[in-house]
Amino acid sequence: MTALPQTTAKKLGLVIDLDTCVGCQACATSCKEWNTQGYSAPLADEDTRGADPHGPWLNRIHGYEIEDTNGKDSRVVHFPRSCLHCETPACVTVCPTGASYKRAEDGIVLVNPDTCIGCKLCSWACPYGAREYDVQEGVMKKCTLCVDRIYNENFEPEDRQPACVKACPTGARHFGDLGDENSAVSQLVKERGGFDLLPEMGYKPTNKYLPPRAKRDTPQAGIEALPKGDGSAMDRLFKLADRLLSGN
Amino acid sequence: MNPAYSVIFFTTASGAGYGLLALLGLTAASLGQSASLAFVIVSMIIALGLITAGLLSSTLHLGHPERAWRALSQWKTSWLSREGVAAIITYPFALAFGVTWSGLYPAHHAIAPLGLITALLSFSTVFTTGKIYASLKTIRAWHQPLTVPVYLFFALASGASLFLALSAFFMRDSGSVATVTPLSLIALALLKYLYWRAIDRAPRDRTMGDATGLGPNVRQWEVPHTTKNFVQREMGFVVARRHAKRLRGLFYILLLVAVLLELLAITIPLVSILAFCIVFISAWVERWLFFAQGEHIVTLFYGNAQA
Repeated sequence: MTALPQTTAKKLGLVIDLDTCVGCQACATSCKEWNTQGYSAPLADEDTRGADPHGPWLNRIHGYEIEDTNGKDSRVVHFPRSCLHCETPACVTVCPTGASYKRAEDGIVLVNPDTCIGCKLCSWACPYGAREYDVQEGVMKKCTLCVDRIYNENFEPEDRQPACVKACPTGARHFGDLGDENSAVSQLVKERGGFDLLPEMGYKPTNKYLPPRAKRDTPQAGIEALPKGDGSAMDRLFKLADRLLSGN
Repeated sequence: MNPAYSVIFFTTASGAGYGLLALLGLTAASLGQSASLAFVIVSMIIALGLITAGLLSSTLHLGHPERAWRALSQWKTSWLSREGVAAIITYPFALAFGVTWSGLYPAHHAIAPLGLITALLSFSTVFTTGKIYASLKTIRAWHQPLTVPVYLFFALASGASLFLALSAFFMRDSGSVATVTPLSLIALALLKYLYWRAIDRAPRDRTMGDATGLGPNVRQWEVPHTTKNFVQREMGFVVARRHAKRLRGLFYILLLVAVLLELLAITIPLVSILAFCIVFISAWVERWLFFAQGEHIVTLFYGNAQA
């Protein structure tokens, strides 16, 4: 049903560290690999060897640059973007069939591929671009938080995590219960000042982003001036060599 | 937003169909049984035909049209579901109304209540269509108080124009609809002017910095994929401001010509058929522009500086 649960027992979600993400795309490719064979239908691409290859991916890694007007702290930020498993998601309530739903037990937002009619209205309702339509299957696809991994008892406990989290080589992705104040992810959000995307939209995202840390040793802009000489014999020799090499 | 032709056809055709159906209901409620069986049958077939063709066309853009019946289930939360339910409920009342109004089933006293109920359900269905768009907070140009009134007035104006065209064809007196039609066209132009003024004045105050949480000095550095993905294809379509201005001008001109033709139709009734065609074209222009000017907030992640 598209009516939202009043509360969810858990708020499972991701915490994404924008400071340590290096934009390697390992999370995106491992997501595609896992989810093309797991829950729902394969994530097939169109025109794979042609001029316009495209298809549903559940995780997209953007790159942004921040220009510090003082020229001290300009940087590139790699920005993974996927479903935030909102507490009050409009993508669920607009669904006319009930195929989109939010689970009461853990807050995961899912699409039932057997009842989705492929009207795409949920993708219009989502401000985060989290849903991508699968032309071949005629249904909407989205992040499942690897619901078929995290509860999979055939896996070792340490493998019961979303594929993207397992794949991240820098530990920039964390998975856990954000509804539990004492969980590792909640503590991390608290320590690092984790924030919501577009909180004013009112959808209460579960996933949190950790801001890039301030740089420690900020080099001054431009080339540093040469040290002043002390007038010693060695110093005069270097100055002579410098003049000869510079040709003046 | 990408203007899907199946959805534009659906909203314009079913809008005209529901507008006509509502006016037939209201006319019958005030005048009683119709004198012309042919007029009733043809106009009811055209009204329900436009509605049905529109509804069928709207299922064409679905990934699984055979599952469309499931869309009737979530009326508690979804305006799209409510639209489906309202459309389905309208059918039996419209059919009962047509059968009594035509005199095929003699129930004289039932004509007025059935006509009124049919009119109410028709406008309710158009209302739910407008609400689907107006309720989307992600698209500022749609999340406007005038979105729903514009949908309702388009249904009324195009339905009224069609009513006049049919009356002219059957050489019937169109009664008060002859006055309602030009007035509704003028009201529509005015509403649309106010709507466009509202969306032009609405501040595009959400920035890439707000969307990403990375502050005011953020710029796109690298896109996540080499070709456009679904999100960009579906949500990234925005018409150039220059073209939008021209299309708005075209819309006003079409409505003005339609009003003049409807006035001319007072002496030469058949002109109203041409007037209806022009109103229908104006509906296409307006609906295409409605989509093409719908700037989605997700574009902020894809290089749009503000939305």
